[in-house]
Amino acid sequence: MKATLDYILHLADNALILGQRNAEWCGHGPVLEQDIAISNISLDLIGQARSFYQYAAELKGNGTTEDDLAYLRDERQFRNILLVEQPKGDWAFTTLRQFLFSSYQQLLFQKLTTHDDERLAAISEKTLKEVNYHVRWSSEWVIRLGDGTEESRSRILSALASIWTYTGEMFMPESFETASGIVVTDLETAWKEKIKTSFAEANIDAPENTFMRSGGKKGIHSEHLGFILAEMQYLQRSYPGCEW
Amino acid sequence: MSVHDLEKHFQDTIDAEIKIEPLDWMPDAYRKTNIRQISQHAHSEIVGMLPEGNWISRAPSLKRKAILLAKVQDEAGHGLYLYSACETLGTSREETINDLHSGRAKYSSIFNYPTLTWADIGTVGWLVDGAAIMNQVMLTRTSYGPYARAMVRICKEESFHQRQGFESLLVLSKGSEAQRTMCQDAINRWWWPALMMFGPRDSESTNSDQSMKWKIKRKTNDELRQQFVDMCVEQVKLLGMTLPDPNLKWNEETKHYDFGEIDWNEFWQVVKGNGPCNLERLQARKKAWEEGAWVREAAAAHAAKKQKRADANAA
Amino acid sequence: MKSYIRRFFYGDIPGQETGGAPAPQGPKNDWPLWEVFIRSKQGLDHKHVGSLHATDAQMAIENARDVYTRRQEGVSIWVVKSQDIHASRPEESGELYDPAADKIYRHPTFYDLPDEINHM
Repeated sequence: MKATLDYILHLADNALILGQRNAEWCGHGPVLEQDIAISNISLDLIGQARSFYQYAAELKGNGTTEDDLAYLRDERQFRNILLVEQPKGDWAFTTLRQFLFSSYQQLLFQKLTTHDDERLAAISEKTLKEVNYHVRWSSEWVIRLGDGTEESRSRILSALASIWTYTGEMFMPESFETASGIVVTDLETAWKEKIKTSFAEANIDAPENTFMRSGGKKGIHSEHLGFILAEMQYLQRSYPGCEW
Repeated sequence: MSVHDLEKHFQDTIDAEIKIEPLDWMPDAYRKTNIRQISQHAHSEIVGMLPEGNWISRAPSLKRKAILLAKVQDEAGHGLYLYSACETLGTSREETINDLHSGRAKYSSIFNYPTLTWADIGTVGWLVDGAAIMNQVMLTRTSYGPYARAMVRICKEESFHQRQGFESLLVLSKGSEAQRTMCQDAINRWWWPALMMFGPRDSESTNSDQSMKWKIKRKTNDELRQQFVDMCVEQVKLLGMTLPDPNLKWNEETKHYDFGEIDWNEFWQVVKGNGPCNLERLQARKKAWEEGAWVREAAAAHAAKKQKRADANAA
Repeated sequence: MKSYIRRFFYGDIPGQETGGAPAPQGPKNDWPLWEVFIRSKQGLDHKHVGSLHATDAQMAIENARDVYTRRQEGVSIWVVKSQDIHASRPEESGELYDPAADKIYRHPTFYDLPDEINHM
């Protein structure tokens, strides 16, 4: 079974929007070494997005390019989950989101490396190495902040409280996933197990019975996405058809 | 050995082109000059991330976005190499950074100019990094070992910066009318500030003589500036653009290009803090540092706790 | 009256005997400084490339990965706390290194052999 165009776009959009968010830290990080680290992760994510958009562009045909897909689609056409478009927040929010998302990506790409769609499998295999490092880096930060000082602990707890509502969407199946032979519900238990280990070290608990927000996969986004795209796409929109 | 003997030995070492290393005896003034220059240089890399970083979110293609992010990240790396070199002289990074935030330490004035359009990003790469490279290539031979080694590493990476800048302008120069206008406008705005990057004229530079004798600097401000002008006059032709100086012309006698007078009043105003973005740049750096304080503390606290637990387990 | 005590970031050398001004004694909240050594490819030694700040060894290795191997410069990283490095002193160089200068018989080129003997 081949993956559908919408599914590839979903993977690409997730990576691009989170890459765009993390890049906001560049030049503004808490310490030089970590400024460089978060920029590296952002670069990896933009690289992932490009691989997926390039594949999607080929599926679409008619001379479509990666940039057409990233720069000329509107809010309603983006298929990323709500989690990745939320503002970068403080260092606690950024690292916790990275941890939750990268842990999900890790499980997903492990599966996708054996997907029938060879191209998708190949991209996933390359990407997985990067994701493994993101999980390592972000889990260490979650532990550091949970265990560190009173302030860091209260910040990671408040980040967790505000972010948790966006985690359920990762495991809510969407038609483009089902049509591509991906069962995301299967990943949830493993994901919870996985994050539990780091949470235990950080001495924090995952919230329970939280209402889970969704809509991103269907193109119903939070208000944040419109601003991200307005900024990101403005040159392509203002000067249509140019080479850059 | 008396201080006089030590000083003589020190100067002989430098004259013999032997590098000075961190633990060697050095005159106070040599240490101070190096601390001042290396930290200024480090601050310039870090503050320099801001004007270009502004455009990461707006880069017009995914390729350009990745290139720009990698480039600005490199500047962070360069700042880090230089802060490290500075630390070998006995000042901690925190002290050095505090000097920047309190206004005691300077950084290159060029970063107090705004990046207004996308073409500014290419132009900064071409002209600003180009001017910086002239200085940096010279500094790979500077007399203080750790500084020279940091510069070797930086120069290797910096040539990518200048090339990507020029290439991005090349694309604009072959593009639409609007893109060409954008390109020329950016060159017009950045040309003179780029020339100012080489500092005051030799006749007015207070630090030059001693720095030359100690081989911290190896070429004068005016020599480097002339070299830069000669290079850019040729390169701008490839872009089909012009440099905004009616007095630019080849001088058969000197075998160099003559150029017009720099607006030194503007130069000193920007140095004194009255440039278009002085306030914003410093505020952005302070904000990042202050908002990062709890993160740095938390990481240190966690490491200490972890160590304590490991010690307790071992006991 | 100047006090000639300096903080050294490499080694444990007492300040009196090496020259220069006392280092400014400001606040000290920086994470510890680490020296980074990188093996650029299998078969080569680790080489000192620079330093960085990190809270512990693991973070130091990760920071070194991000700072010093962005362009595939390495396949292996060592980190050592700067304060744990002990260094010889420049003033001792006479007694430490000069005595080796006149032992030219230690070098292979000291020995004249017939041309027929290659590669010895």
